[in-house]
Amino acid sequence: MEIAVSTRNISKTYPGNVEALRDLSLEFPRGQLTSLLGPSGCGKTTLLKIISGLLEPTSGEVEVNGKPVTGPGPDRAFVFQDFALLPWADVLRNVAFGLELRGVPVSEREDIAQQHIKNVGLDGFEKSFPHELSGGMRQRVGLARALAVESEVLLMDEPFSAVDEQTRRKFQEDLLGLVERENKTFIFVTHSIEEAVYVSDQIAILLPRPSRVHEILRPENLRTKGVSDIRRDPEYLDTVDRIWASLRSYVE
Amino acid sequence: MFIKGIRLPGMSSLIIWGLLWELVGQSGLTFFLPPLSEILITLYEIGDSPAFLKALKETAQAFTVGVSAAILIGIPVGILMGKNRLLDELLLPWVNIFLSAPLTALVPVLMVLFGFGMRSIIITTSLFAIWIIILNSRAGVLQINRSLVEMGRCFGATPLAAFVKIYFWAALPEILGGVRIGIIRAVKGVIIGQLLISLVGFGALFELYSANFLMSHFWAVLIVLFALAFTISELLATLERKFSYYAANR
Ligand SMILES: Nc1ncnc2c1ncn2[C@@H]1O[C@H](COP(=O)(O)OP(=O)(O)OP(=O)(O)O)[C@@H](O)[C@H]1O
Ligand SMILES: [Mg+2]
Repeated sequence: MEIAVSTRNISKTYPGNVEALRDLSLEFPRGQLTSLLGPSGCGKTTLLKIISGLLEPTSGEVEVNGKPVTGPGPDRAFVFQDFALLPWADVLRNVAFGLELRGVPVSEREDIAQQHIKNVGLDGFEKSFPHELSGGMRQRVGLARALAVESEVLLMDEPFSAVDEQTRRKFQEDLLGLVERENKTFIFVTHSIEEAVYVSDQIAILLPRPSRVHEILRPENLRTKGVSDIRRDPEYLDTVDRIWASLRSYVE
Repeated sequence: MFIKGIRLPGMSSLIIWGLLWELVGQSGLTFFLPPLSEILITLYEIGDSPAFLKALKETAQAFTVGVSAAILIGIPVGILMGKNRLLDELLLPWVNIFLSAPLTALVPVLMVLFGFGMRSIIITTSLFAIWIIILNSRAGVLQINRSLVEMGRCFGATPLAAFVKIYFWAALPEILGGVRIGIIRAVKGVIIGQLLISLVGFGALFELYSANFLMSHFWAVLIVLFALAFTISELLATLERKFSYYAANR
């Protein structure tokens, strides 16, 4: 199993002595989806931003493909929890924006964007503006933008938290397809246990601040099941139970 | 404005004040206020006289150059202040001082520094407009959504690209508001400049007419000035509304 991203002994203390992460080490296998699961405020977003290069760790280091991370780079793309779309640009330009910033010529980047708009099911909305779209559609624009730059690593911060339950389930199924199709490394933040078990190859359970990895779970056989059978699978149910058992003491 | 549920046209209050003006003027209460109708006739008479057109041209020139300079310098400076702590701490006190300072008192200093010509008038005009433009651009940048900034960094925006493609547009509603107020202040600036520095343009006309007690001429020029300022400000307000659709969901 090849490791695409590894974080070693990461600590992060925010100004005001808020210790968000302490000595956290974790490895992310290539081509797989790893979930970061943990209670609110435990430092999931912080870890994701450190991996993306947006935040500097107080100590420790991040490596992507064996090279240390010193800042944002084209090998990683971010899907934002609040979408972070340009409200003055239409869907097409938003999806192409990552390519625009890299200097890809207009016609080429629009072709690529068009393809990804289709892949996320937003056909026909190229000329719509973000304020004309529903939350779920905006999230898909953010996803398409991240996919369009063809980064090896996709960082997703609670990407499905702003959509309703039905849409969320649909997105989760689509995500499984995506992981299977694209040979990318997904790092996925969520605080839903069911979601983590459903979509993940590997689940890292983080404990409340200062956060470190409590447990790493790897559901072995769920990937071979059909998308609609997973939720009935004994392994799925057991894993959900196990995670709940280890987290419940921190919630009470 | 509504009266008994009937919607009155947009400028009804102007009509009422105009009528009142006409009545007071007709009554001959004071030489200072001739009837509105007389003023409008005067306006029609002087409207295509060479003196008036020359004044209009001189004023428009100084105004356009001064306002353009204020916009072209003010917006980038404001955006940079919003993005750079150090620059902000350095400049903000000055911007606030100049925003509320009685700039008219500075005009003699400008005359010493830049002479008695067009240059000083233009600089006066800019000085009246620029501070509010800086302050509003800065405020616009400060309210930009954090994740929009992070999005730019993540996708590898160079500082210039972030500036031109993200910060400017994200702050545009505030920037336009600043430009609108700045332009109204610049009208004041250009006239004060023309009155104090060298008697040219509308300033010269004001001086000439009031010194000779040509009150209806005086008012005619004032009305032209008001109409011009009003039109520009309305045009900008329309532009502002065009971009306000995204002001609410940035
Ligand atoms: N800029 C900051 N300055 C100071 N403290 C911060 C800052 N950002 C986050 N924190 C603190 O660090 C801790 C971890 O925050 P983080 O956003 O990473 O949590 P999270 O796991 O993503 O939570 P959630 O599930 O609610 O999104 C929190 O206690 C938070 O208060
Ligand atoms: Mg978070």
